[in-house]
Amino acid sequence: MRLEPVLHPGPMRRMVPPALALLATVLVAALLAALAGANPFAVLGQIIVGATGSRLAILETLNRATPLIFTGLAVAVAFRAKLWNIGAEAQLYAGAIVAVLLGTGALAAPLVLPVSALAAMLAGALFLLGPVMLKVRLGVDEVVTTLLLNFIMVLFVSYLLEGPLKDPGGMGWPKSPALLPEARLPRIVEGLRLHWGFVIALLAAFVIWVVQTRTTLGFEMRAVGANLRAARFAGMPVTATLLKTALISGGLAALAGWSEVAGLKGHLSSDLSPGFGYTGIIVAMLALLHPLAIVLTALFVAGVFVGSDAMSRAANVPTYIADMLLATALLTMVLAILLTRFRVVRD
Amino acid sequence: MTPSPDKAGEVVLRLDGITKRFGNLVANDAISLDLHKGEIVALLGENGAGKTTLMNILFGHYMPDSGAITAFGSRLPAGNPRAALAAGIGMVHQHFALADQLSVAENVMLGTEPLFRLRQHRAQARSRIAGLAQGFGLSINPDARVADLSVGERQRVEILKALYRDVRILILDEPTAVLTPQESDALFATLRRATAQGLSVIFISHKLHEVMAIADRCVVLRHGRVAGMTATADTDRASLATLMVGAALPNASIAPGQGGPVRLRLTNVAAPGLRGLTLGLHGGTITGLAGVSGNGQAALADLIGGVTAPITGEIAVDGVPQVQWTPRQALAAGVGRIPEDRLRTGGIGDFNLAENAVLETYRTRFSRHGLMDWPAIRAHATEIIATCDVRCDGPGQSMRLLSGGNMQKLILGRVLGAAPRIIIASQPVRGLDVGAIAYVHAQLIAARDAGAAILLISEDLDEVQRLSDTIHVISAGRLSPGFARGSISQTDLGLWMAGQGFDHAA
Repeated sequence: MRLEPVLHPGPMRRMVPPALALLATVLVAALLAALAGANPFAVLGQIIVGATGSRLAILETLNRATPLIFTGLAVAVAFRAKLWNIGAEAQLYAGAIVAVLLGTGALAAPLVLPVSALAAMLAGALFLLGPVMLKVRLGVDEVVTTLLLNFIMVLFVSYLLEGPLKDPGGMGWPKSPALLPEARLPRIVEGLRLHWGFVIALLAAFVIWVVQTRTTLGFEMRAVGANLRAARFAGMPVTATLLKTALISGGLAALAGWSEVAGLKGHLSSDLSPGFGYTGIIVAMLALLHPLAIVLTALFVAGVFVGSDAMSRAANVPTYIADMLLATALLTMVLAILLTRFRVVRD
Repeated sequence: MTPSPDKAGEVVLRLDGITKRFGNLVANDAISLDLHKGEIVALLGENGAGKTTLMNILFGHYMPDSGAITAFGSRLPAGNPRAALAAGIGMVHQHFALADQLSVAENVMLGTEPLFRLRQHRAQARSRIAGLAQGFGLSINPDARVADLSVGERQRVEILKALYRDVRILILDEPTAVLTPQESDALFATLRRATAQGLSVIFISHKLHEVMAIADRCVVLRHGRVAGMTATADTDRASLATLMVGAALPNASIAPGQGGPVRLRLTNVAAPGLRGLTLGLHGGTITGLAGVSGNGQAALADLIGGVTAPITGEIAVDGVPQVQWTPRQALAAGVGRIPEDRLRTGGIGDFNLAENAVLETYRTRFSRHGLMDWPAIRAHATEIIATCDVRCDGPGQSMRLLSGGNMQKLILGRVLGAAPRIIIASQPVRGLDVGAIAYVHAQLIAARDAGAAILLISEDLDEVQRLSDTIHVISAGRLSPGFARGSISQTDLGLWMAGQGFDHAA
């Protein structure tokens, strides 16, 4: 068997495989729920209700989507240029650390939010710049370096939380002191648990979309990713483009950590991110790296997590079902998208 | 030469009504073809005429939609790659499949003999190979390492591989593309010996003079159909060309260029793959670069195009030495680059035509304050599509979906639209059909007449000789002196291509 490209896919070929992928995802979830001894339909219903069934649930989903939009964008921007940034998790924590450093007393009211946001982006950007410099100068594989930096960062954060950044009033818990009120991102509507980080995330998606489609830098980033050799031949500044891509990608991932600390948690702890950096890869891949679609896939992924949490409490099915669901969704979607462009031919 | 049906009656291979469709495209339309014992049949046709599809069907890589293949009287099951091999049909591809680190004998045995055998068996196999080589006039040392062989010798190894497997039908896919004229003659001698011993050969080519020299019969494909089938003795080059194209070819000779000042001068330039080149390109002329593939042509194209910078030596444009030499610098200096590989270096397959049309100029001409001016870009692409007759759905179509000829027209439009004063054209017509070739040549000549200095790199000696005002030969990274138009024969060019003469010159 082999694949033959389909040059002009019709509406059936475009729609049917993704629909089947969604169906397969639901079936796998149902099967897992049945294995856990619960009623599959009830479990699926509870996931949906848990993610969207109430104002609280919706707000929770939006909150959970916020860091995923940032990390999804970070991954998408880098992957579009074939820069394999697997280190969004570390860049996220770099942003979170800066949010704590600048948000616990160093700066005064009108400045603290914009300055700490910019400083956080700079920290994340520099954190990715190292691996990318190694890549362009020495050919070191950035998959390895960015991935391993994640573990270094996690250990560094726990050192900070046990040492220099430990909250003296934290009763021994490894967490940082709380941010000053003026360093916190306000809520969009007073009384509702949704902060301005979500709006900034939407804005970021829009800005990235404009950069990719309207600017020379976006053109260069796409060209370098699509055909490095042709980009170099055409006289594009390939190295500079990769470095700029790294700065943008790292900065976006750092905003995820910054907005979690400044908007949601108010302090830094070692469980700030349940793998938002890695989940960003799923978010970006499901969106086919399209910045605007990332908002939708981030909401979907966030909904699956939030819904599964709620379902787990009600149906006594482990929340791991969320990870299985997302893994199935990713695999079947990637396969489905392959099948919209290629047909399988039997020899 | 007598037509083969008199020479040998037995039909060894019969293709009967082979039809293959890809979507709306009929790649092979009821193609029927007989191959007799001991004859050489040339399969002629432009790119896209269906030669490759037909061979893929013969070797079971594609299922025909209808039709049957009979080899030595028994029918070959369709779509089974092993059936053709088992029936004694072998093919030598343009790109060889040899293990560089093994010896000639080991390569020949590979896949036929078990890997682990007693020394004695190896010795037997080795002597059989030596005997075959001797018998067919394939001068080659069975113990030489393939990595040390020339391209022509590697091709002989491929032919030996087929003969060793007792192949009775041998298919050669454009075998002379990588050979010097002298090596081609040696190949032809081998083929004549082999057919005298009963081998039958299908010779795929588009070089008419070779076909006239070697084949007993010619089968011409056009648009997937057999456009004509004739004994070589009853035809000539002009009528074969007419059959291939479907119309008579304009064969007007090209007026020489009016020499101008030196636009680009290389002085003692060394770069990876190049040894101390000195070369001046004059405005208003075409300088041809002949040579066997892989002797430094790509390195020279990269150098002039700015992809590589000289290690030592000097590049001067209009007399001004260039300090930094990058693609962008080359473009700014007025160098237009038509690269050898249209999809790997010339363009981006996943980008649309508009994006590809401005790959080199988006910064200087099609953006302001870092913002792409898409309406102007689309208008520019639409203009190229119209003036260069690029067949496509519009500027929004992916480059990947274009045929080779249309890709080349787009790239040509991009390069010539910038009015370059120096043009480096690497294999500009490789893989194109006759109509597109004529278009590309006409555009290059028009650019020459407008004063551009053109370096034409080609492996097709006829093309080089027809277009060039001066010809250099490149061999092992060295450059021969320039020969004025008409002052050197193809035989002498062949000797230079084989590396002779360089030691006396210099």
